Amino acid sequence: MTIPTAPTRRVEHVMGLPISLALRGRNAEGPAADIAWRAVLYSLRAADHVFSTYRADSVVSRLNRGEIALDDAPTEVHEVLAIAERARRATDGAFSVWRDGTLDPSGVVKGWAVQRASAALRDLPDTDVCLAAGGDLVAWSAHEPWRIGIEDPRDPTGLIATVPVTDGAVASSGTAHRGTHLVDARTGAAPAGIAGVTVLAASLTDADVDATAAYALGPDALTWLRRRVGRTGLVVWADGTTATF
Amino acid sequence: MVNVPPLRFDRGARRIALWGLTTISTVALLFSYKTSTSSSTASEAAPSATGTTTGTTTTTGATATPVAPASKANSSTYTGTVTGTSADTRWGPVQVRVSVASGRITAVDVVAEPDGNGRDREINAQAVPTLVSETLQAQSAQIDMVSGATYTSEGYVASLQSALDQAGLA
Repeated sequence: MTIPTAPTRRVEHVMGLPISLALRGRNAEGPAADIAWRAVLYSLRAADHVFSTYRADSVVSRLNRGEIALDDAPTEVHEVLAIAERARRATDGAFSVWRDGTLDPSGVVKGWAVQRASAALRDLPDTDVCLAAGGDLVAWSAHEPWRIGIEDPRDPTGLIATVPVTDGAVASSGTAHRGTHLVDARTGAAPAGIAGVTVLAASLTDADVDATAAYALGPDALTWLRRRVGRTGLVVWADGTTATF
Repeated sequence: MVNVPPLRFDRGARRIALWGLTTISTVALLFSYKTSTSSSTASEAAPSATGTTTGTTTTTGATATPVAPASKANSSTYTGTVTGTSADTRWGPVQVRVSVASGRITAVDVVAEPDGNGRDREINAQAVPTLVSETLQAQSAQIDMVSGATYTSEGYVASLQSALDQAGLA
């Protein structure tokens, strides 16, 4: 097995998130990579226009103001809501994109949007791809696996674990960078006892939703994650103890 | 008797449905069970398939949340959720819950899936994170990308990812 050269990296900020792309291989640089990268960013911006709760003109904002009905929303809104509904049922309501009648699909949209955007990079022949958006990522490699570091949620300047990824997605949930704002939708309170959750899955849509949902479950996160098929990962408890699954 | 409307399966449920082709299918069991409950009292336990479960039900009477509107009226008006008992498969226990609104299945949820210790883990062959403290590499572990709790562009500068990007862009 050959040792890959250092990846070529690109960074842009979309949706208020840093988007990082690392490429290795034949098309790591050049026009094909540039076009694919632009397509990724275009796809993410398009998602932002539909789903952002910060943009007054987004579909979600117009839904929340009652200017359009759910039935009139584009297909992708229904796709995201279906994902959210599955997560809500799977967590007995701890995960929800609805609060007091207001839709905030952020817990689903990021993973879904990045997974969708990564499709533009599948066309790059002989190229290993690692696409990250604000701490969640999609990666595949025909050579050595990507080496992914998992931030310590109690000390984000350091790593708590590493994991090799050949083809899959990694998502983390916690409060390290945003303060306490994720809540258990059943109680409205911040989950207790948990510092962070990292989930690996085949798709970032699944990894992101499961990481967010598990975090909302607080002390029940690990039990819940162990019942999920096709997931591995790490739970960091508030006292610093850890468990892999 | 009852037209089964389109079902929504998550990935796990699809897998389990596939297992059903070669193993005892709890899902199928509950479909047939659902058919019987929708026309009779919900507390009857009457699985007839070659199941290893008894199909004991919990009828909450709560209104199921429909994920797809019923396309036409049905003679049955049963509404609620039915949870099957846990079924042992060679991959581990499987348990599903069926939501019914007005006699129609509106959702099938997997409430218990096999844990990752069995065959399923092998099939997925997905790596499990290695704690840094368990390695000798400590913080100097060579990495390509970082996963962490969502950080915004504002927090990005201070993040490890930023350092990685700068190293690559320099």
